[in-house]
Amino acid sequence: MHGTRILDEADRLMTVCNSCRYCEGLCAVFPAMEMRRAFSDGDLNYLANLCHSCGACYVDCQFSPPHEFNVNVPKTLAIARAESYAAYAWPQALSGAFARNGLVISLVSALSMAAFILGFVALNDRGVLFGAHAGPGAFYKLMPHNAMAALFSAAFLYAILALVMSVRAFWRDIGPPIGGRADGGSIFQAIRDAGELRYLHGGGVGCYNEDDKPTDRRKLFHHLTFYGFLLCFAATSVATLYHYLLGREAPYPWWDLPVVLGTLGGIGLVVGPIGLFVAKSRRAPELLDENSYGMDVGFIAMLFLTGATGMLVLILRETAAMGPLLALHLGAVFALFITMPYGKFVHGIYRFAALVRYAQERRTAA
Amino acid sequence: MGSKYDVLVIGGGNAALCAAISARRGGASVLVLEGAPKFYRGGNTRHTRNMRCAHDAATEILTGPYTEEEFWEDLLRVTGGQTDEVLARHMIRESKDILNWIVEQGVRWQPSLGGTLSLGRTNSFFLGGGRAMLNALYLTAEQLGVDVAYDAEVTDLVIEDGMFLAARLKRPINGATEIRATSLVAAAGGFEANIEWLKQYWGEAADNFLIRGTPYNRGSILKMLLDKGVQEVGDPTQCHAVAIDARAPKFDGGIITRHDSVVFGIVVNKHAQRFYDEGEDIWPKRYAIWGRLVAAQPDQIAYIIFDSTVVTSFMPTLFPPIAGQTIAELAGKLALDPATLEKTITEFNAAVRPGTFDHTILDDCVTEGITPPKTHWARKIETPPYLAYPVRPGITFTYLGTRVTKEARMLMADGKPSANMFAAGEIMAGNVLGKGYAAGMGMTIGSVFGRIAGREAAKHARN
Repeated sequence: MHGTRILDEADRLMTVCNSCRYCEGLCAVFPAMEMRRAFSDGDLNYLANLCHSCGACYVDCQFSPPHEFNVNVPKTLAIARAESYAAYAWPQALSGAFARNGLVISLVSALSMAAFILGFVALNDRGVLFGAHAGPGAFYKLMPHNAMAALFSAAFLYAILALVMSVRAFWRDIGPPIGGRADGGSIFQAIRDAGELRYLHGGGVGCYNEDDKPTDRRKLFHHLTFYGFLLCFAATSVATLYHYLLGREAPYPWWDLPVVLGTLGGIGLVVGPIGLFVAKSRRAPELLDENSYGMDVGFIAMLFLTGATGMLVLILRETAAMGPLLALHLGAVFALFITMPYGKFVHGIYRFAALVRYAQERRTAA
Repeated sequence: MGSKYDVLVIGGGNAALCAAISARRGGASVLVLEGAPKFYRGGNTRHTRNMRCAHDAATEILTGPYTEEEFWEDLLRVTGGQTDEVLARHMIRESKDILNWIVEQGVRWQPSLGGTLSLGRTNSFFLGGGRAMLNALYLTAEQLGVDVAYDAEVTDLVIEDGMFLAARLKRPINGATEIRATSLVAAAGGFEANIEWLKQYWGEAADNFLIRGTPYNRGSILKMLLDKGVQEVGDPTQCHAVAIDARAPKFDGGIITRHDSVVFGIVVNKHAQRFYDEGEDIWPKRYAIWGRLVAAQPDQIAYIIFDSTVVTSFMPTLFPPIAGQTIAELAGKLALDPATLEKTITEFNAAVRPGTFDHTILDDCVTEGITPPKTHWARKIETPPYLAYPVRPGITFTYLGTRVTKEARMLMADGKPSANMFAAGEIMAGNVLGKGYAAGMGMTIGSVFGRIAGREAAKHARN
């Protein structure tokens, strides 16, 4: 018996599935399952994070409810996955943040944005806050660049530390060799698998949403969101290099690399999350873990806010609205950074680790 | 949805859907009446996973050629000659094109599943299994404009002089309790889920049978057709049975309740006595005979007994083995007489001769001096914990059916072909498969004759 009810259920299902194996061509979960005859907590958390929730195995299963074997792999693994985020969170004292994640994320975001607005108001006079600024250094009239860089670097480094510690615990738990290191080939394979969302494809036809007609919509919106996020990150990185290496200060003209990257990324971060939210609202409830609704929507909303406020800063940066919008944008980004280890963001990290593990297992087995 | 169609298809599995799609592609208006609710649609197709088709060269998913002649020889061997050669050879020829045709209907193939390497050359596996195959066929049928009704139980067929006129329904569909059609395709399966019918041949023993597939194959359409003058084919007393876990549900346990561990141990009945050579033959034949063997034992129950050294030699099972540290403890848990079981195992162990164990061939591990012998894979049962699976007969399908022509047209008892009635799938499988079975053949019969029946039914409706 396992520590939790959901791991007991996941164990029961994997025993059913391992004696059937019809789904082995659909994704990585079932081939990974077939390499085992019994399942530890770590094995089940590994399989849970390997699952991309495409729903194909549910629609294809002759034993899904109302059959008495009651096989619902996507939902069970979704719940196990959400619980695994809390189980591996670092520091453990903060794992409770996952319990009412939607509320936590909303509060942190609201407080963070309020803090930036209040900070801007307290540290700038009204003329500066609501003035129109233009030319290099316009943003830093509101908040000095060094202060901005120090604050966000600290938040970002903390997020990295917490994520590394969490994924380390996960990696140690999901299987031998204990403390084993990932090899380059497996990491490269996992980057490819994650980059193209190889397993969010229902075995080739697309994933299942509101009915029995599969589509590639969720994959498309996830790509927009993920690559939008990466482009925004790249925009910030390029801008930081401009600042320190070339001595060029933001804002940059519309055709310059940071703005081009940021604009494309921003569009992705606005359209992608909207699409994912609509898809989530319509998706068949039997495929979803309704308890993680707050966490999922909280993360989607935060990404949307980051993208939307960033786009507004860009569009309105030469008007009097720039000051308050910049405060909102920085508040959103700050909240995104500090909640990264305690929200849905971690799904990408754990799933990537699981894909590396899977690539390793495949190479060992081959 | 109206009450008059060109082609009425009764049934909702592979054969029915292939017929519906092929009739619709032939220009006919088509209604499918599936007696089961939507989740259970598709009869036993839900539990299948592959199809056996002839092919002259290896494909992306098949490891080598499987010629028409080899397919015919396999069929001849498993049926012991109880087959209609003209029909069978026609089916085998048509099966070659089915490999492509079925893909055009949305079904996707994958290489043979883990643990089924022996089928990698002959059988094409459905990606996601039989229900995935069905989902694809239903989606295609609906996109083509085939009407489908679920929970649509047929209570009577109006047939005059071998001519189908109408089907009567238990519950109305859009107000109509009678559906008229120019042609009928009957693809409603066998009668294996009808325990009362099985009892006619098996007596009270049938109460202890477990039905591996759908509870909806009660044979009602088959019975109506035979009662109304359609010629029958196949031995009504016979059914395909394998040994499945006695803890499986009465119906619909599917493939996961099977046991393939017989060769790794011994099998005893409720009196703790062995009753058949556990090492007679290799998979899949060894798998197919044990259902009938157990059916012949008292109370239709038996126990596969082995020890801890072989647990990883076969696929993981749905139900865990029952374990005991001693033979007596195991016997207690199985409600067998401990002294008799100990004696049976001691005698068996004493009879085991040394040999080189290899479960992939007919090896040289044999017993000497006991009856029945174990002629291959005989090894001592001596390393605790001692383990057991209780097994009962699991009925897969029945052989009784309607006789058909190469055009899948039903023949009447007087030998005349019906004007407008066609049959496909398990309901006519007995034409080709008089006894025995080889993996994937049921689906071949379903797809090939379904496609033919639909085409011919549409052709009749056009004329």
